[in-house]
Amino acid sequence: MQLTLKSVSYVYNSDAVEPRYAVKDVSFTLNKGEFVGLIGHTGSGKSTLVQFLDGLLKPTSGQVLCDGEDIFEKGYPLRELRKKVGLVFQYPEHQLFESDILKDVCFGPKNMGCSQEEQLERAKKAIALVGLDESYYTKSPFDLSGGEKRRVAIAGILAMGPDILVLDEPTAGLDPAGRDEILDQVERLNKEEGIGVVLVSHSMEDVAERTDRILVMSGGVLQYDDTPRNVFRHREELAALGLDIPQVTDICHTLRDKGFDIPEDILTVAEAKEEILKVLKKS
Amino acid sequence: MKIIDILHLIHEYKVYDDDEQEVGSVRALNDVTLSLEEGSFVVVLGHNGCGKSTLAKHLNALLLPTEGMVYVCGNNTQEEDDIWKIRKNAGMIFQNPDNQIVGNVVEEDVAFGPENIGVPTEKMVKRVTEALKKVGMEAYRLNSPNQLSGGQKQRIGIAGMLAMRPKVILMDEPTAMLDPSGRKDVLNIVHELNKKEGMTVVLITHYMEEAVDADRVIVMDGGEIKMDGTPREIFSRVDELKNYRLTVPQVTELAWELKKEGVDLPDGILTKEELVEALCSLH
Ligand SMILES: Nc1ncnc2c1ncn2[C@@H]1O[C@H](COP(=O)(O)OP(=O)(O)OP(=O)(O)O)[C@@H](O)[C@H]1O
Ligand SMILES: Nc1ncnc2c1ncn2[C@@H]1O[C@H](COP(=O)(O)OP(=O)(O)OP(=O)(O)O)[C@@H](O)[C@H]1O
Ligand SMILES: [Mg+2]
Ligand SMILES: [Mg+2]
Repeated sequence: MQLTLKSVSYVYNSDAVEPRYAVKDVSFTLNKGEFVGLIGHTGSGKSTLVQFLDGLLKPTSGQVLCDGEDIFEKGYPLRELRKKVGLVFQYPEHQLFESDILKDVCFGPKNMGCSQEEQLERAKKAIALVGLDESYYTKSPFDLSGGEKRRVAIAGILAMGPDILVLDEPTAGLDPAGRDEILDQVERLNKEEGIGVVLVSHSMEDVAERTDRILVMSGGVLQYDDTPRNVFRHREELAALGLDIPQVTDICHTLRDKGFDIPEDILTVAEAKEEILKVLKKS
Repeated sequence: MKIIDILHLIHEYKVYDDDEQEVGSVRALNDVTLSLEEGSFVVVLGHNGCGKSTLAKHLNALLLPTEGMVYVCGNNTQEEDDIWKIRKNAGMIFQNPDNQIVGNVVEEDVAFGPENIGVPTEKMVKRVTEALKKVGMEAYRLNSPNQLSGGQKQRIGIAGMLAMRPKVILMDEPTAMLDPSGRKDVLNIVHELNKKEGMTVVLITHYMEEAVDADRVIVMDGGEIKMDGTPREIFSRVDELKNYRLTVPQVTELAWELKKEGVDLPDGILTKEELVEALCSLH
């Protein structure tokens, strides 16, 4: 499945004297199976943008195409699209409402018309995928810690078996191990099952390590659309946009300035280690 | 001088079934004993559900001990008559800045807390001005809080708390929703309040980098305190931290990995500058 945004713009206060663009003239295509990071300062338009992808928001102008078809044309089966594009909202735990966790995660499959048996099978698999064990099945979502709730909410979307998984800051508030577990699972779903991923994040480290491509938003405008290595070359520009580069990338930039012969596009601790060891061995 | 004294604190949440019948309890804090020095900057780390928020809520009497005692500025949280003194002395900031905005105009929002505790109007203006100045938001006095960025909203939240003139600032993941610059802003402000005004800070976070400049780092697990020391001591124990589902800042991780390969580096490197200097001396 391929999703294309064509010159989309969005204005929340269209009746106001001075309408403000939350998203302005953004175009890009998500290819099948791609792992894309979406970063940008708070209020840059990320959450607005991702809601176009499953047709939840209709752009004020521009088009959203799924495999070439305009999803806002009359008669387009939006319901079908929403099964294929799984959107996990920012702070999804606000949407938990069933009396126990198993029921909550079954909700999506139930809505899709799955048999009770299949609902349970999908729900249990999804709950395991987010790293919660069986003892959670009967717990009430309201008695969980922040991070536990987040996992349940993600499981709810995974249970629907989407082709593209859109995650709006899925790891904010998760502990480091939980962050890695969820992102490892997402990466595995991407690599092994070919599920496309859009990951909205404020963690430069996470997008640097995991994604194939990064979109950078600023003030509603798409500033960069490039590989992680190319995007994180722009240290000063990103800082001016309220962003940053990963700490290891920054360390390597500084070592280079001090005469170390290492590449400037290092993204992970493992890469940095290797390059530094090479330099130290030579000297 | 001790400003917070926690003695053998146990907290149990009661669990109810669908008919609101009590069916059991969850022990969220298990015999916690801890005292904090006035003017110290303390960071609390720990996995999701380990009891951090529960602990923080005991420090401004939002929760009361199942067993044990909590003293804040000498007041016992279980003395009903002292609850307002405690809430005035220990101000709390939560994760989501949107949830704590109450006014239509920034200054109204900041005045809300002090108004509630009966600060007279003439004093109020001064307090609000002072608080806004301390967080660098004077220029936004008459703006609508809804039009501010996440980092700015969080600053307004902090100003509202400062207007209460607390001695202790409790922050429960105040940066989880913010972009990298917003995160730096909030951290800088609390460090300044700690240094210049001598305020005691208790900061709960899942960002390890935010613990680097603390006086003291506390690691919790399963409702208990497992580690307690300076950032350098704590972050030298990488394996132990990983056991508790935590990690170390990327710079510390890189140094640790290099050390394992035989590179002669000191333990517990915490900043880019330290690592770069150590590597340059080997180069
Ligand atoms: N329901 C709404 N009504 C009016 N304005 C809105 C609404 N939702 C968002 N906005 C505005 O649109 C702009 C883009 O918001 P959006 O939520 O898409 O940003 P974001 O990049 O997701 O930010 P964050 O990182 O804080 O989640 C912001 O200026 C925001 O204030
Ligand atoms: N209202 C409640 N009723 C029952 N159990 C609860 C309640 N609130 C929290 N708990 C449980 O108490 C434990 C501690 O929760 P707490 O919110 O203090 O964790 P935390 O360390 O702040 O986690 P997080 O990092 O996810 O915010 C968890 O196991 C949680 O499930
Ligand atoms: Mg958002
Ligand atoms: Mg918490």
